[in-house]
Amino acid sequence: MSLASLLPVFALMTSLLAAVIIFTLPERSFRLRTLVNLGAAVIKLVLVGVMIWGIVQGRAYEVAFTMVPGVRFVLRADALSMLFAGLSALLWLLTTIYAVGYLEGSPNRSRFFGFFSLSVASTMGIALAGNLFTFFLFYEMLTLSTYPLVVHRGTPKALRAGRSYIIYTLCGGAVLLLAIAWLHGLVGDLSFRPGGYFAEVEDALRGPLSLIFVLLVAGLGVKAALVPLHGWLPQAMVAPAPVSALLHAVAVVKAGAFGIVRVVLEIYGLDAASDLGLLAGLAGVAAFTIIYGSARALYQVDLKRLLAFSTVSQVSYIILGLCLFGPVGVAGGLVHLVHQGIMKITLFFCAGNYAETLGVHRIDELDGAGERMPATSVAFTLGAFGMIGVPPLAGFTTKWIMGTGALAVGMDWVVVVLVVSSLLNAAYFLPILHRIWFGERQAAWPQERRWGRLETSAWLLWPALITAVLLILAGLLANLPVSPLSWVELIVAREVAL
Amino acid sequence: MTPWLMAGLLFTPLAWAVLTLLVNFNRGRLISWLGILVQVVVSLGLWAAVAGDGGFHYQLGGWPAPLGIELRVDGLAVTFVLLTALVAAACGWHASIYLDPAKAWHRYFWPLFWFLWAGLNGVWLGGDLFNLYVGLELISLSAVGLVALGGESAALRAAIRYLMAALLGSLAYLLGVALIYGQFGSLSIAGVSRLLGEAGTAPGQTLPLLLMLFGLTLKTALFPMHGWLPPAHGIARSPVSALLSALVVKASFYIAARIWLDLGGYLGSYGLAQLIGGLGAIAVIWGSWRALWQAKLKQVVAYSSVAQIGYLFLLFPLTWGVAEPVSLQAQQGITLQIISHALAKAAMFLAAGNLIMSVGSNRVDALAGVSRFLPFSLFSFGLAGVSLMGLPPSGGFAAKWLLLQSSLASGQWWWLPVLLAGGLLSAAYVFRVYRASFMERAGTDRFFHPSRSLEVIPMILALLSLGLGLVAGPVLSVMVLPFGEGGGQ
Amino acid sequence: MTPSLLYAFAGVLLCSLGLFGFIRLAHLLRKLLAFNLMGSGVFLVMVGLAQRDGEPDPVPQALVLTGIVVAIAATALAVVLIRRYYHLSGQATLAGPAATQHGTAKPVVRAEDRS
Repeated sequence: MSLASLLPVFALMTSLLAAVIIFTLPERSFRLRTLVNLGAAVIKLVLVGVMIWGIVQGRAYEVAFTMVPGVRFVLRADALSMLFAGLSALLWLLTTIYAVGYLEGSPNRSRFFGFFSLSVASTMGIALAGNLFTFFLFYEMLTLSTYPLVVHRGTPKALRAGRSYIIYTLCGGAVLLLAIAWLHGLVGDLSFRPGGYFAEVEDALRGPLSLIFVLLVAGLGVKAALVPLHGWLPQAMVAPAPVSALLHAVAVVKAGAFGIVRVVLEIYGLDAASDLGLLAGLAGVAAFTIIYGSARALYQVDLKRLLAFSTVSQVSYIILGLCLFGPVGVAGGLVHLVHQGIMKITLFFCAGNYAETLGVHRIDELDGAGERMPATSVAFTLGAFGMIGVPPLAGFTTKWIMGTGALAVGMDWVVVVLVVSSLLNAAYFLPILHRIWFGERQAAWPQERRWGRLETSAWLLWPALITAVLLILAGLLANLPVSPLSWVELIVAREVAL
Repeated sequence: MTPWLMAGLLFTPLAWAVLTLLVNFNRGRLISWLGILVQVVVSLGLWAAVAGDGGFHYQLGGWPAPLGIELRVDGLAVTFVLLTALVAAACGWHASIYLDPAKAWHRYFWPLFWFLWAGLNGVWLGGDLFNLYVGLELISLSAVGLVALGGESAALRAAIRYLMAALLGSLAYLLGVALIYGQFGSLSIAGVSRLLGEAGTAPGQTLPLLLMLFGLTLKTALFPMHGWLPPAHGIARSPVSALLSALVVKASFYIAARIWLDLGGYLGSYGLAQLIGGLGAIAVIWGSWRALWQAKLKQVVAYSSVAQIGYLFLLFPLTWGVAEPVSLQAQQGITLQIISHALAKAAMFLAAGNLIMSVGSNRVDALAGVSRFLPFSLFSFGLAGVSLMGLPPSGGFAAKWLLLQSSLASGQWWWLPVLLAGGLLSAAYVFRVYRASFMERAGTDRFFHPSRSLEVIPMILALLSLGLGLVAGPVLSVMVLPFGEGGGQ
Repeated sequence: MTPSLLYAFAGVLLCSLGLFGFIRLAHLLRKLLAFNLMGSGVFLVMVGLAQRDGEPDPVPQALVLTGIVVAIAATALAVVLIRRYYHLSGQATLAGPAATQHGTAKPVVRAEDRS
């Protein structure tokens, strides 16, 4: 086993070790903790970068050993896993910077950052898992390590949200375990592989396989917040802003969506899944979730809850893209995994900035925020436009690709869903933007804090601005070889034989 | 080499029991540390010997059976010997700091502790039904004594209750043994099994099996005979509770399992297997449910033991009348469950003891806000909880996985909901404790940090149970090692 | 009916009597006596059944001896515990507050600490 093949393990260990170190640090050692956090995040980013480079060169990184008789623990870096790993490594770094500023002076920081790193380690594990069993292992670890972050504030509301979160996710985990164990009993240990395993399904297996697929999607759908399994997500917004930003916009929900991608593309295979009639049902659920989430977002008064419902809606784009039976649709869905992450994290950063700087949590308190915090508001506006799908931002790229993909396979109704959803997005984002930029400030801000020259703390401002720039670049430079879209095209070329 | 190892294994605990009986707590502590070291080394040595060369039969003092004591030293037995050494060493170490030497009666901890260890080793290695009885009695009596060590009347009440249940169980078992000897003229499990194989079964032979199983399940606290367990395990001092939950109940289960695997095929029936499995399933649900509503921290953990023990009884239906690989899978799953539960539950009880010491109250709500002190013990408690919930990568998860697989493969799908619901319910009671610790409430700034070594011990155990899932393969490969030279009797 | 079977049946009878007492009697000392009765019954069965072939079998004799020793040890332990319990709580039965709610039990300390 060469050192290079251990890269996935190292990438996993950076955040795991960081967690262990941070747990043992005393509360007051702020500098050391920040140093460990940022250092680990940078190292991880570099490691992921190296692996991406290697994969472009055609190398593969794999570590495997037998855990329980008949089941292997597999960590493997392939093109698809790097999509998710790269996204989370990059956003981990930015969110860590943000979180250091956000939690300044608040209690229990060692606990917070320890579990935060543990969650990132789990996300990394999910990205790098080479078979369903390993995937499940980290999937449950993610559940456990995010719980303390949800209940971090310790208020009755936070504890309630935590309970609802844990009930949803653990039940989902149990269903997923049942499905994986059953699948394992039927066909044995399946590593993820492009094209899947069930190109030719025996008739006797059709029934069980379809049922297992439904169970798998139900188990993964809890984290992916598919309606009606989405109830935990809006509640979990009581968590501190960095948690909502990274975990509930990126890591947790994407873990579910990513799992569905793995199952559809690399266990069942697109052809088998559509042959079994499973994708049509999944497409229906995803389409419904998209519309439902947007519609609910329309009626929210709390900014973070609005963003949560928007997440519910947006994550299903990824799943809908998968169900479009073709490489173009898959590309659209996968690229949305990245684009949505960047856009949503920008929005959450901004929402956190408003809350931290001005004490604003409700939408109707935002009047005039653009004047007080221009940079944050610009970033927020970019994020919102991206969500609506204004060209040339990242969100537009996704919707465009998915639309063309749908038309190519004759699923015209998907275009209708996309259009309706974009209209709804506009309907809930534009009034907010109107308040921010054109609203008249009547009263004082609920709880204003000052940070010298800057509109808010530099720790809070820069991450938001960087992600905002990223979301412009992702759209503008979509055709350059370094963009997420090019990477997704590489994946699609490897996954779905053209 | 092996005679020395065997002598060390069986002789040291008895010798140390006598030695420590003569001295006070503090001296006993010093002597016991040495003894623990010897035991751990000897257990490791024996484990390594068996892992290398396979198992063997050993006649104590060279006397042949039936009057002499013949020991069967196979992979499974040494695995449990090693487990016992680990857990008992941890509990002994913890107790040596945790117990208050000023209380005069605490000096009896050490002799009882060593008698318990001797009995456990005797049971793991015992090959004939009567010696198992003696080992079991040694365990029960010292366990009762350890429970009574608390000193207050509630502890004595629990101890007496426990004693009564244990005595009834022993007698039922002994009656079964008497009937078996009356019928077969042999006490060795393997011998009876061979006779049954040659002669076939006759009507009425199920009665001894039933009596033995009744006695043993009573001692293992199978639902609905679990009433004695929560008071006894809840009220005992924390290191004692840890020993009891981790090891003592496993001893009677181990005998029941050995009897079932060797004789169940001839004397058992589908109905009996399903009945025992069903009671185990009810125990899983009922125990977890009760654990969820206990006001006291240690009662939560004690009821959780009732639930976790319930899983073990799925061995009976999953090995009766199924294909060999499926049965093996179930046996492996149950073995992992025993090991991981032993480690996790010991960690949990020790951690609970530390937490109670820290906040000065044994109630769950008293934990409000302690999470901000970053108590190591709370973390250990949570890690052990992961294993109890059966979440990866813990040993509990590996066990659950194997049980799921063997349920599916044997077509007994009705155990699936039990396995899944049991995991969810245990998550509920573990998270209840966690939730309490995250509550921010005024007036929780009084917190006593126990000494480092007290906190490290449960952490080590919890990490072992958590990591067990990752090394389940190697552990299980030793367990199934056949006898080397001189197999059979 | 051979004498040996007679022994065995007597043993079973003793056992059932003991079991009945063990379950029905509340006073702890009586429970303990009932347990000893059961124990004797079991030993009788052991010795009785083993003599079936006409020739006495040494093994059960040895086993019963061991069993008696174990029973004595158990009885002694039980007596110590019961006595101590009586001193601390003033009760000779396990009745009283529900078993799971020990914390609420208020022990009545009657005698001085004598052990």
